[in-house]
Amino acid sequence: MSTLMDYATLRVIWWLILGVLLMGFAITDGFDLGLGASFTYLGRTDAERRALLSTIEPVWEGNQVWFVLGGGSAFAAWPLLYATSFSGLYLAMFLVLIALILRPVGFTYRGKLTDARWRAGWDIALTLGGALPALLLGVAFANLFLGVPFHFDNLQRPVVTGSFFSLLHPFALLGGIISLSMLILHGNTYAALKVGEPMAARARLVGRVAAVVFLLTFLGAGFWVYSALGGYEVTSVMDHAGPSDPTRKTVAIVTGAWLNNFRLWPLMWAAPVCAVVGALGAYVSLRAQHAGAAFMASILVQGATILTGGFALFPFLLPSSTHPSQSLTVWDASSSAKTLLLMLAAVLVFLPIILAYTGWVFKVLRGRVTLENLHDHEGGY
Amino acid sequence: MIDFDVVTLSRLQFALTALYHFLFVPLTLGLSMILFVMESVYVMTGRVIWKRMTQYWGVLFGINFAMGVATGITMEFQFGTNWSYYSHYVGDIFGTPLALEGLVAFFLESTFVGLFFFGWDKVSKIGHLIITGLVALGSSLSALWILIANGWMQHPVGARFNYHTMRMELSSFSEVLFNPVAQAKFVHTVAAGYVMGSVFVLSISAWYLLRGRNVAFAKRSLAVAASFGLACSISVVVLGDESGYLDGENQKMKVASIEAEWKTAPPPASFTLFGFPDVAARTTHAEVKIPWLLGLIATRSIDQPVLGIYDLVARARSRVVSGIEAYSALQQLRGSAEPPDAGVLQRFEGNQADLGYALLLLRFTDDPATATSQQIDAAAWSTVPNVPVLFWCFRLMVGLGLFFIALFATAFYFATRHRFERHPWFLKLAFFSLPLPWIAIEVGWIVAEYGRQPWAVDGVLPTFLGVSRTSVGNVWMSLTGFVIFYSALAVVDAFLLVRTIRRGPEGLGYL
Repeated sequence: MSTLMDYATLRVIWWLILGVLLMGFAITDGFDLGLGASFTYLGRTDAERRALLSTIEPVWEGNQVWFVLGGGSAFAAWPLLYATSFSGLYLAMFLVLIALILRPVGFTYRGKLTDARWRAGWDIALTLGGALPALLLGVAFANLFLGVPFHFDNLQRPVVTGSFFSLLHPFALLGGIISLSMLILHGNTYAALKVGEPMAARARLVGRVAAVVFLLTFLGAGFWVYSALGGYEVTSVMDHAGPSDPTRKTVAIVTGAWLNNFRLWPLMWAAPVCAVVGALGAYVSLRAQHAGAAFMASILVQGATILTGGFALFPFLLPSSTHPSQSLTVWDASSSAKTLLLMLAAVLVFLPIILAYTGWVFKVLRGRVTLENLHDHEGGY
Repeated sequence: MIDFDVVTLSRLQFALTALYHFLFVPLTLGLSMILFVMESVYVMTGRVIWKRMTQYWGVLFGINFAMGVATGITMEFQFGTNWSYYSHYVGDIFGTPLALEGLVAFFLESTFVGLFFFGWDKVSKIGHLIITGLVALGSSLSALWILIANGWMQHPVGARFNYHTMRMELSSFSEVLFNPVAQAKFVHTVAAGYVMGSVFVLSISAWYLLRGRNVAFAKRSLAVAASFGLACSISVVVLGDESGYLDGENQKMKVASIEAEWKTAPPPASFTLFGFPDVAARTTHAEVKIPWLLGLIATRSIDQPVLGIYDLVARARSRVVSGIEAYSALQQLRGSAEPPDAGVLQRFEGNQADLGYALLLLRFTDDPATATSQQIDAAAWSTVPNVPVLFWCFRLMVGLGLFFIALFATAFYFATRHRFERHPWFLKLAFFSLPLPWIAIEVGWIVAEYGRQPWAVDGVLPTFLGVSRTSVGNVWMSLTGFVIFYSALAVVDAFLLVRTIRRGPEGLGYL
């Protein structure tokens, strides 16, 4: 294996692929989550709501596979991360699951009956199904900066000792608001692009509010990380191609250490700058009624925000708050080189195919849904 | 050290969520294929009734599909939340087919299912047919990758333990891919899903015919279900799971337990048609046997013995003893500096195939290296799954499988002769058969997965060890949440299905 590509390189590539899948999730599923979270505000009548939902109904299912694939890839490429993070964030993951389960049934079942209470019930379910994952995934991501209480026993079994209150740490809640506002921004730029008036006007307004909230919380979190939050840094020499055993290094917690990488590689500042510029751009474009430009700017926000988080954490994947030296890093929590190489080949073959047919589907579904042409866009779910 | 409340509750949660997920997935598999058949007829003949059939059965497909997708998300993430040691221990191998399922199959199915519903006026006739075909292909490919993952749990090939990382690692992907157990399971499970789809269409069409509603529509639907169902029900039984039972110790133990064959009988073994397995006395009362049959099915020969439970336990015991060697060598390797002592390494390498059997001892002692003889006996006997449950579930499954062949053969005969009107008894029988494929498939799952116990991965990792070391409160909370939430969804799903069927194609504007 090592003749084709060395283990350390494969690990960095798989760290990048995990990031790409997360971005794919935020950019595609992000808009239907964000739209789901706000559609009852954007649409006041049943017809308005149906117009909004019909812009995402044909595509949300494919979009959500980015999330499923992210989970599957974490399992295959970063099994320790998959095992420890999901059991370590048990309650958050359970709530995300319940919320995500509401969506497939909500989209399909809402239109089956015309009864107003039936539809109002599913509207609540779809709102929760959009808002809860958007919020909780940010809470979970922020918990990576705080560390999760876990360690390994003599059989290398992950032992999680935390309670669910760690999820309610103020920094974690701040992370939740960042991701919620980021996805609501995304969903509303999409709505501004895809629906007619009066929903589009409301979406432009909600999108601008979300952009402002995002900017404030994103910059606030950055200042917190800089001034007060304990960051993790590896203090021993690590073998980047060594076996995946996360118990053989030493780690220190130092205030501001989450910015070490930015000090070391100043080019990384491009990521947070792009997030800020993107949010400002989305705000300005929405104000100027350039929905297409706003959607593009919002895509930039999604990608740049995730990159910012990834750059700050690197090489950490999941720090341990109780046993920092047993934290999971890129260098000691991956699959074997053989599995990484095999999966890389599969990704290189299939991801372009996926992007091609996804692009084709979006092309077939192009066009704006208005109250006048709504009937043509409502399919036979 | 092991919290058995967490183990029990996590297993219960996994079983309930998997059984529940499996109420919907096989129907998705079957209906998607039937939709493709119906739409093909439409494209080839241009007769609009076939398009209406595709659309109407598509509505029912959609109600069911949503539930399959919703409950499938739970399955993928549950390994991480509740089975974290399992995920770490075998993720290097097991995670790969799961990720490939997403890349190769689930993306395809989910991206195109939207256009199946919303694309009728947006793409050409042929284009839409291809979309329907891709949805059907995607769902069957999903099943392929999931069953490759599951086949590996039943018969773990192509993997080795790495003491540096304390886990199993991939040694040959092609062995994992072409695992005979996985291949057999794939054919069996997908064909079973096609049977479920066929019974679904057959029963509901029969109900319409009994009421004299939508006769042209129902007759055509029934003909598709009858011919597709006949081919598939024969496949389920003939190309059934049986061929996979020869590989691996646990599969042998499963056969012995299904047959409640305690002592190895002289070959060719007879098949126990009925009897009452007695676990306490380790014997089966009041057996009714068919000579030769088991030997023929299980070994495809008349001179090979089918090993009984006592002999298999004796073999397990010697593997526990050898596993203890591997376990104590592993403890020394973990404590020592690199490079390790050659003797210790050799002792580990020589016995590492049995390491999993030593892990069985963790149920009885904290230190397998110092296990007593009684503890070793207990560990060896713990490799026997629940014999009466397997015995009865297997018989129920096979009985139903044979019934489906008879049902479809009759339906096929009547369909070709256009004789349904003269045989309302058959239409009634077909209608009341509606719940049967669900029963067959659920008990089939129990035979396969409950029969895999005590192993999560056969001979490699005991189930009790695979759980997350999380709090009992957490698992209670999620289990209760799933039960309440899933029950509510089941009510809504059933309500919508019944309502859509009652309204019929004419009520939905498809006629």
